[in-house]
Amino acid sequence: MSDPAITPQLVKKHNLTPEEFEKAKEILGREPNYTELGIFSVMWSEHCSYKNTKPLLKTFPTKSAKILVGAGEENAGIIDICDGLCIAFKIESHNHPSAVEPFQGAATGVGGIVRDIFTMGARPVCAVNSLRFGPITDENGTTRVPRVESGVAPDSSKTQINLDERGFRRDAENDTRDACAPQILNNRRLFAGVVSGIAHYGNCFGIPTIAGEVYFDKSYEGNPLVNSFCLGVLRHEQIARGAAKGIGNPVFYVGPATGRDGLAGAAFASQDLTDESAQGQRGAVQVGDPFMEKLVCEACLELLATDCVAGIQDMGAAGLTCSTCETAARAGTGIEIELSKVPQRAPNMTPYEIMLSESQERMLIIVKKGREAEVQRIFDKWDLPWAEIGFVTDTGKMVVKNHGEIVVDIPARKIADDSPVYQREAREPEYLKAVRAFRLDGTADGQSPIADTKDPIDDLKTLLAWPSIASKNWVYRQYDHMVRDGSVILPGSDAAVIRIKEDSLPVSREDYEGSEGKTSPSQPSLPSRDNSFEKYIAMTVDCNATYVYLDPYEGGKCVVAEAARNLACSGAVPLGSTDNLNFGNPHNPEIFWQLKESVRGLAEACRAFNAPVTGGNVSLYNQNPNGPIDPTPTVAMVGLIEKPEHITTQWFKDEGDVIILLGEMVDSSDPLLGLGGSTYLKAIHGLKTGTPPRCDLDREKTLHTTLLGFIQSGIVKSAHDCSEGGIAVALAECCISQNVARDTPRLIGAQIDLSQAKENRLDALLFGETQSRVILSVNPLDAVKVVERAKLMGVPAIQIGKVGGDKLAVKTASGEFSATITELHDAWWNSIARAMA
Amino acid sequence: VLKNVLGHSAQLVWHKENSLGDTDAVFIPGGFSYGDYLRTGAIARFSPIMQAVQNFATNGGHVLGICNGFQILCEAGLLPGALIRNRSLQFRCENVFLKTATPDSPFTNKIPADKLMRVPIAHGEGCYFADETTLENLKANQQILWQYVNAQGEATEQSNPNGSVLNIAGVCNEARNVAGLMPHPERASEPLLGCADGKLIFESLINSVNAKAVSKAA
Repeated sequence: MSDPAITPQLVKKHNLTPEEFEKAKEILGREPNYTELGIFSVMWSEHCSYKNTKPLLKTFPTKSAKILVGAGEENAGIIDICDGLCIAFKIESHNHPSAVEPFQGAATGVGGIVRDIFTMGARPVCAVNSLRFGPITDENGTTRVPRVESGVAPDSSKTQINLDERGFRRDAENDTRDACAPQILNNRRLFAGVVSGIAHYGNCFGIPTIAGEVYFDKSYEGNPLVNSFCLGVLRHEQIARGAAKGIGNPVFYVGPATGRDGLAGAAFASQDLTDESAQGQRGAVQVGDPFMEKLVCEACLELLATDCVAGIQDMGAAGLTCSTCETAARAGTGIEIELSKVPQRAPNMTPYEIMLSESQERMLIIVKKGREAEVQRIFDKWDLPWAEIGFVTDTGKMVVKNHGEIVVDIPARKIADDSPVYQREAREPEYLKAVRAFRLDGTADGQSPIADTKDPIDDLKTLLAWPSIASKNWVYRQYDHMVRDGSVILPGSDAAVIRIKEDSLPVSREDYEGSEGKTSPSQPSLPSRDNSFEKYIAMTVDCNATYVYLDPYEGGKCVVAEAARNLACSGAVPLGSTDNLNFGNPHNPEIFWQLKESVRGLAEACRAFNAPVTGGNVSLYNQNPNGPIDPTPTVAMVGLIEKPEHITTQWFKDEGDVIILLGEMVDSSDPLLGLGGSTYLKAIHGLKTGTPPRCDLDREKTLHTTLLGFIQSGIVKSAHDCSEGGIAVALAECCISQNVARDTPRLIGAQIDLSQAKENRLDALLFGETQSRVILSVNPLDAVKVVERAKLMGVPAIQIGKVGGDKLAVKTASGEFSATITELHDAWWNSIARAMA
Repeated sequence: VLKNVLGHSAQLVWHKENSLGDTDAVFIPGGFSYGDYLRTGAIARFSPIMQAVQNFATNGGHVLGICNGFQILCEAGLLPGALIRNRSLQFRCENVFLKTATPDSPFTNKIPADKLMRVPIAHGEGCYFADETTLENLKANQQILWQYVNAQGEATEQSNPNGSVLNIAGVCNEARNVAGLMPHPERASEPLLGCADGKLIFESLINSVNAKAVSKAA
């Protein structure tokens, strides 16, 4: 089979600009051949090289005394959690594949991130995900006025796209059930497919999926977001490195044979998603084998317990190409492999295909010379296909031979590290003018005033049933969120909490040598547990993309603030965070501005909460023909809870407990009173606009320290953060979110008195999303003390009611309202199941 | 749980080994043996170790299969009936209530009468199925150990998470030394994890194993 000639068209087809192609030639000192072109294409894709975002990513805080492996060094960051233990965690996107083939796309997304974690030598102990889809319900069924006018300005390179074609506005004019039904059905198909794909992979691998978030918005129609997070545990001395160390060391390939699946997936993920590309790229979606991954994981952890491994790297994006190139680059060595030795699933695959395949569950392992036999024994024991495919050289080059003939000869470090870097042009988006001009009284031109709520209970039920707010039990009941016996707080509270116990760790060298690998060496003999050793890790993933869309900088701050607030509510102190920047096409200056501004907000907030970024992922080009997605910088934050008795949940506990609001009822300094970008405006008024609420990071930080003080002194019975839907939704959730067992919720009512509020706009009081607020419940004897202490700390605090009864009853200056908690629970708990039925 | 919570010694056995060694009872845990791509437990039953389990059971040894372990025991013919796809065709992970239908078995003797145990399930193929005659025998010989019930202890359609016939969650063989259940008692054996009801099942088994040892000695 002869390779095609290198033409400008072929170069373009590989997403390389003429300049980049020149740079490639300069690095090689000659024209690249077909295989090398493919290699440059994937290595210099955004997915692998971050060429559009490097300068921005540098602005994140990435240091702290606790960080053992920092951002960008390896496959995942690692943070110390004391007693010689540390955790490795990272979030990564699989958006484009999931858009094309939701089940396998999402499944292999889980597989990829789990591999990143055990590549570090850690045992993966839990998974989390963040998902975005188009609406799964007919939003006009719940909205009372035509859908919002809003949209990112046109991609300047595509003049035929104009504001009206973003999807939003088109539908705003002529949105009828018939018109949008097919799209909604497709959104449901993607949603169901992604969830079952995650369930399939995570459940079969045997990792609990213990937390996550799901939002539904028009901007994700046809371009869903699937961000997967994984956390693993290890001992300090067990940290493994992805470097090809030791000249002459043999290079092993382990895992299933290489096929044609996932060809150039990384490059595919780094271009706009169009119907054509989606169709054409179906071959770029990989197929996952979770049980194989389990075997590979156990074999690698066992292998690392021996002293045979010089370096280890998973074959993820850009498969064999990326893993060989990066390991050599990290070690400053060279690497030479022989393709005819690589196990192949399909007959007569070309070097191009073998190098760019993204077949799953494969690892590259650099073995210390002379230890080959041990390695082979372990792979055979786990019934894993393996092959010795090459060796480490001192040439600094990545040399690939096929039946002895050199097909690739590239300086490894140059291609890995000298990838092009772009300072993209940034311009403030047009749409923000209208957003900033928006006022509730309708003073902005061409905008009608926003009527106050007429039926607060009806609106509350609408919000509780709004899919982005409603209970996600339809999702997490499909995930095994309890496997491995560590899930202390299950999905459904502000943050999930997992227990780190002795069998959460990879086998230690001592234990391994003790067992001589006789029984299952991942746990040679069941370790007897010493409870003092146990640790409690809380984690949450958050991103209110509507805020970020309406104000990237402030919205970015709010994303991090909410994550930190969720951790504080569960009793945890932040250790660090990992982010997944999901944006549209960076060549559009307005999109790059969104990216730049939100990163500025994220970085500032991560500093404020001392939650440095240990790594993450950038996913650009998230747009379909209707336009870009809302900017979605997802943040997963991990925290440590000192003692089990500090673990706190969001639901009310006992009749008679006093309910306290920490924070302001309404931020009167906000012209929109916390309604800008609120779910209330979107769900009730069909508007996605207005400047979102501000987050003062100092006040937020003080709130968290105060709350943690209360929790650690043992007086907090429940703590829940106020986010989408404001005080009303938060209170309702406190009443209805505890689930005892199948069809057995524990419902408890509350009498609330908000009549002290100065604000006379009822919707702002009930549904406004003013930041830095938490709802507590405490024993009546502690109530006064809590309010006083909070005020001493400078945190506004007020008693707003008592727990008890079978209703949520709210008294305000403008009247009293109440609803039975059973009807609220039904609206909230069953909403998504009904939509998906 | 056995070792850490109940202070008993336990040893993992590698699936390729042929012998169980000297042991009082065998547990076949949950998981996804061989990925369960074909049919749950369909391949695991052929693991070399399963022959040893067969012999151990034939000689009256106590065997308990949990979740995938239950599926494997059914596939191996050590327990009657079969486990098929959940009625919902979806994986289900949630807490359920269990009623003990047969209080005097080696697996239930420590469970107080009318005690409702709250134990999690986590499976995609937990719908217990058996033909009429088998069901009649199960009833006649009191082999139905646990049923899915609601908070009031009633075995209703609603309280049945997977569509199992007669809301069956777990059964034992006629000799009463082999049992299996889909729920995960080991995940409900510590207050920290929300509930310790599951411990009762392990305590029952330990109790009867000890009793057996005593009677042997006598």
